[in-house]
Amino acid sequence: MEYAIEVEDLVKEFGEHRILNHLNFKVPRGKITTILGFSGAGKSTLLKHILGLLRPTSGSITVLGNDLQKLSELELREFRRKFGMLFQYAALFDSMNTFENIAFPLREFTKMTEKEIESRVFLLMDSVGLNRDSVKKLPSELSGGMRKRVGLGRALALQPEIMLYDEPTTGLDPITTKMVNDLIYDTNKSHEDRMLTSVIISHDVQATLKISDYVAFLEKGKMVEFLTTEEFRHTKNPTIRKFLDL
Amino acid sequence: MRESLLIHIQDYITKFGTPITEIILGLGSFSYFAAQVFIWATRPPYRFRLLFEQLYFIGNKSVFIVILTSAFSGMVMCYQTFLGFSTINGDSLVGPVVALSLAKELAPVFTGLIVTGRCGAAMAAQIGSMKVTEQIDALEVMGINSYQYLAVPRVIASVLALPQLCCLFFITGNIGAYMIGVHVLNIDSFQYFSKLSDFMELTDIFEGLIKASFFGLMIGLIGSYQGFVVQGGAEGVGKGTNLAVVWGMITILVMDFFLTSVLVKLL
Repeated sequence: MEYAIEVEDLVKEFGEHRILNHLNFKVPRGKITTILGFSGAGKSTLLKHILGLLRPTSGSITVLGNDLQKLSELELREFRRKFGMLFQYAALFDSMNTFENIAFPLREFTKMTEKEIESRVFLLMDSVGLNRDSVKKLPSELSGGMRKRVGLGRALALQPEIMLYDEPTTGLDPITTKMVNDLIYDTNKSHEDRMLTSVIISHDVQATLKISDYVAFLEKGKMVEFLTTEEFRHTKNPTIRKFLDL
Repeated sequence: MRESLLIHIQDYITKFGTPITEIILGLGSFSYFAAQVFIWATRPPYRFRLLFEQLYFIGNKSVFIVILTSAFSGMVMCYQTFLGFSTINGDSLVGPVVALSLAKELAPVFTGLIVTGRCGAAMAAQIGSMKVTEQIDALEVMGINSYQYLAVPRVIASVLALPQLCCLFFITGNIGAYMIGVHVLNIDSFQYFSKLSDFMELTDIFEGLIKASFFGLMIGLIGSYQGFVVQGGAEGVGKGTNLAVVWGMITILVMDFFLTSVLVKLL
């Protein structure tokens, strides 16, 4: 099996606090992996390590065959373009409308003409289910679900190899939650040909079991289990059972 | 007895030491930020569109408030100077004194204070709200250096816009002073200008412009820095905005003294 992310003996300490405690796991390429855990388990810190935004105290992270420890700050910035990320509240640039938000990475990193950018943005809007009426709307004029769609469109603009989702359904109503989960699943399936890997950080157990191929469970900085969804569903681990039976 | 005295001393040191440590840490963090801004200002890509947007916001949008403030400052300055000089029949000195004060002190300092209140606060609020809504994280995840994208255009635009606004302040301030001096206080029009060349040199105007550039640098740096260090939500943004204005104004007034001391010797 090919792996997109390989974490070996990862430790992160902030002063005397150990946030990540000897983590070992591998994220399979082209699959959806969800990292579950209680608040304060170290999920967001792990995500920042995968992105190279934080350096580990010890251990290593290899992403798409590149040891992040060995990359310089400038190389890391370049490397991050292989990632797309959907933030908890979409993190859209509030001074830009829908079109400009999605076009932003294309304008920053490609030499595409305005016409090419326009057709690419419309293609992305179609793929995430945004209609043309929202093109000129500012983020403040969009609903939570629409913002997620725009955020996903922006994240997919540069055709990333790894998509990261930071608690994508937190604070959304059940219908929008389902829509976002379907969107994540569909996005991964529609990019199956180029082996798009998705990593989701979530609390949402039901959605996790529905859309994920693999589930990792973190507790107090330690990896309790890394299993297939089916194995996870039937695990007898008491901590996970407590989480599942909530 | 001895132990309680020791505890007392320890408490005393902690009480006074903590704020000092915080100030030193803050200065260190600000210096690191400033160094990053200077480094990233030299690296491509150079985003001229963002620079022009900031120049428009800091420069053009400040024109009205600068004209309004400078005209009235010039008028008041003329009035007060006239009251003093008229007792010794020194009406002819009013024009040069007002012009000199405006060129060397009032124009750069007032322009700095106005821009701090208007733009320094806005910089902190814009960047701060981007920080709390993860927009800065989004930039970083895309591989864009947030200092380069957000702080560099603001700092450069402030450095470029302040001397121009200072010039405008100087001109409209003098026009205001002339109007009051000649039309209200009845100073002879020829007399108003007669001694200007005796008292003023071009270096006096340069002194003001150099000061304005430094004030612009500090307004841009402090405004952006306070945005980047915002923590929490809306409350944090409000606090950052407030600190940007307070520290911006204090810095301008303190820096003015040191710049004057240096420039008087250099020019």
